[in-house]
Amino acid sequence: MTTAKAAAIILAKELRLEFRTRELLTATVIFALVVVVLFSFAFDPTAAESRRYGPGLLWIAFLFAGSLMLNPSFAREHNNETLDALRMAPISGFAILLGKILANFIFMSLAELVLVPVFAVLYNLSLTGIVSRLILVLVLGTLGLTVTGTVFSAISAHARMRELLLPLLLLPLLTPLLIAAVESTTSLFAEQPALDRTWLAFLAGFDIVFLTASWLLCDHLLEE
Amino acid sequence: MPATQTPAIPASIGVSYHNVEKRFGSLAALRGVSLEIRAGEFVALLGPNGAGKTTLLRMAALLMNPTRGSVQFTNGPAVVSGQVRAQALSVSPKHAIGLVGHSTLLYDELTAAENLTLFARLYALDRIPEKVAVALDDCGLATRAGSLVRTFSRGMRQRLAIARALLHDPNLILLDEPAAGLDRQGLAWFSTRLARLKTDGCTVLMSTHARNESLDLATRAVALAGGRVENDSGTSGDPRALLAALRTER
Amino acid sequence: MKARFAITALVALLIFCAGYAALFIAPDEATMHAIQRIFYFHVASWNAMFCAFFVAFYASVAYLVTGKRKWDALGVSGVEVGVICCTIGLITGPLWARPVWGIWWTWDAKLTSTFILWLLFIAYLLLRGLVEDPEKKASLSAVFAIFASLDIPLVYLANRLWRTQHPQPVIAGGEGSGLDPTMSKVLLLCLFAVLCVMILVLVDRYRLELLRNEAAELRYEIESRGLDVSNGQETPALQKGAQ
Repeated sequence: MTTAKAAAIILAKELRLEFRTRELLTATVIFALVVVVLFSFAFDPTAAESRRYGPGLLWIAFLFAGSLMLNPSFAREHNNETLDALRMAPISGFAILLGKILANFIFMSLAELVLVPVFAVLYNLSLTGIVSRLILVLVLGTLGLTVTGTVFSAISAHARMRELLLPLLLLPLLTPLLIAAVESTTSLFAEQPALDRTWLAFLAGFDIVFLTASWLLCDHLLEE
Repeated sequence: MPATQTPAIPASIGVSYHNVEKRFGSLAALRGVSLEIRAGEFVALLGPNGAGKTTLLRMAALLMNPTRGSVQFTNGPAVVSGQVRAQALSVSPKHAIGLVGHSTLLYDELTAAENLTLFARLYALDRIPEKVAVALDDCGLATRAGSLVRTFSRGMRQRLAIARALLHDPNLILLDEPAAGLDRQGLAWFSTRLARLKTDGCTVLMSTHARNESLDLATRAVALAGGRVENDSGTSGDPRALLAALRTER
Repeated sequence: MKARFAITALVALLIFCAGYAALFIAPDEATMHAIQRIFYFHVASWNAMFCAFFVAFYASVAYLVTGKRKWDALGVSGVEVGVICCTIGLITGPLWARPVWGIWWTWDAKLTSTFILWLLFIAYLLLRGLVEDPEKKASLSAVFAIFASLDIPLVYLANRLWRTQHPQPVIAGGEGSGLDPTMSKVLLLCLFAVLCVMILVLVDRYRLELLRNEAAELRYEIESRGLDVSNGQETPALQKGAQ
């Protein structure tokens, strides 16, 4: 069976599991909203300030929420040792990882779909005319987040204190992604919205580097 | 990753352990175990907790690698005579292995049917809805096909776990205390199933530390203690002596 | 034993000379005067840090490829020593900045990137502390070290790009560019001396780790034999010793 097909089966399983309960999605959205609200106490958002600090705060909210949401990805498979069942199946280790990465990407994107409009309303930022470009930035940024986050979920599933460990491992690693995403988003919210190609290329590069690394190292992540 | 064709797996496969050692940090689970299990044998793996039975099974399931030594899969005829040499398989026989482990290996938040369908897809079976229905019917869970596994009793979960392990018609069957949690009906069903597998020529490796009916099917008994093989009734020997010892232990 | 003592003595002498040179031989800097001398060790410790982390990266890859525990020992040694050098760099930076620019810290590209580097490798050490099984500890931390190492250039690049857009005072500004020739020589001496100290400590840490592994092995052997003896099976245990 090809890796793609196996990953699709795993993806379907992850989606089915999550949409049955929707606990994770709900919690993620609420948590990100909490962060966004808390930040509103840190500075009084005038139009200029919202444009300046808004994107930063949005992406920080995504990173925080993401690092909480990504943890159960592999931690859940310890329940009834279902990861063993997946590993025994005649599918490649990367298929398991890829299926989960795609699932997390979809979950995170759904959360963002809710959060971005809410954020725009709360901070009086206009989304008109920049939606498609904003989606591009969100996709590239979220991809980097979910690739590295899923890998680290696999790593921290073997460790104690995994809920604390995952953000500790993930957030420093993601600082380049944060910078790139924030800069790209800021230039879209500017007076004259523009797509910053340098940062977009950087994001794409980041994604490619870590996706490749995940592919090369996935067997070491899954072995007992 | 290239697409892999399902390789030709021989009708019956055996597993052989060559001087296998397994360490977990400072804990020795297996110490120098050499064991050759021929295709078609029904081996009862005996021993107290911590003897290394689970580790042995998990290695055969390709879930873990030995710290030292090797585990190989062999093809070859059913147990005939010592002169026939089994040959090592060159492909990894994941399609042919089924494991019933300590945990159920089932997703609690999926229904029974969904669980079986998932694994049927992963093993690339054909006519999946049909096979799933047959499997559920066979283990007596057809009426609960659409219920979440979370709502099942212990015995029902174990039955489903066994059904899951056997769904893809493996011919190397690894059972880690499979009778645990089964009620009398479940045990009866399980024994019947096992008997059928044995007649089909499957290789069975079953660990247990308590007596149950299916032990009567065993053609060989291997007793482990402290990570080593303490006693082996052998390929052509009589397992009943060792099995009897098991009964008196309880 | 004698060789190690000799080498240690030599390196000690070297670092003493370097310190002397930095303090007395190097000419006084025009604007910053005495405090500028810290620059020699500040830069040197960062140089040593990069070397240590590179060793850790190499060792991590080697471990995943070969599976030999000695590479894991080298990896953790590299990271630990690297973190120390990084800490020294992060402390000497503000010590230098405060008298000169009046600020303890600035979020310039280099400092920020190095701070992130420090966080990443502290995370590595935390990860090791939280995984119990030695084999898993080794392979998981090797994977993380590789990810962290791949991230390093991205971190520096991102910070550099960002700072060109949002300029800020640069602490280590102008080093290496337009250095007085005597200063360059002293800098080279300090670079070399600190590097030697780093290598010495790294090798010692590596040896310590290897010894720890060996001690664990021996304990394991003793326990195995002890168990066999208590079961009354003495002969198999003795035979095992011949393996």
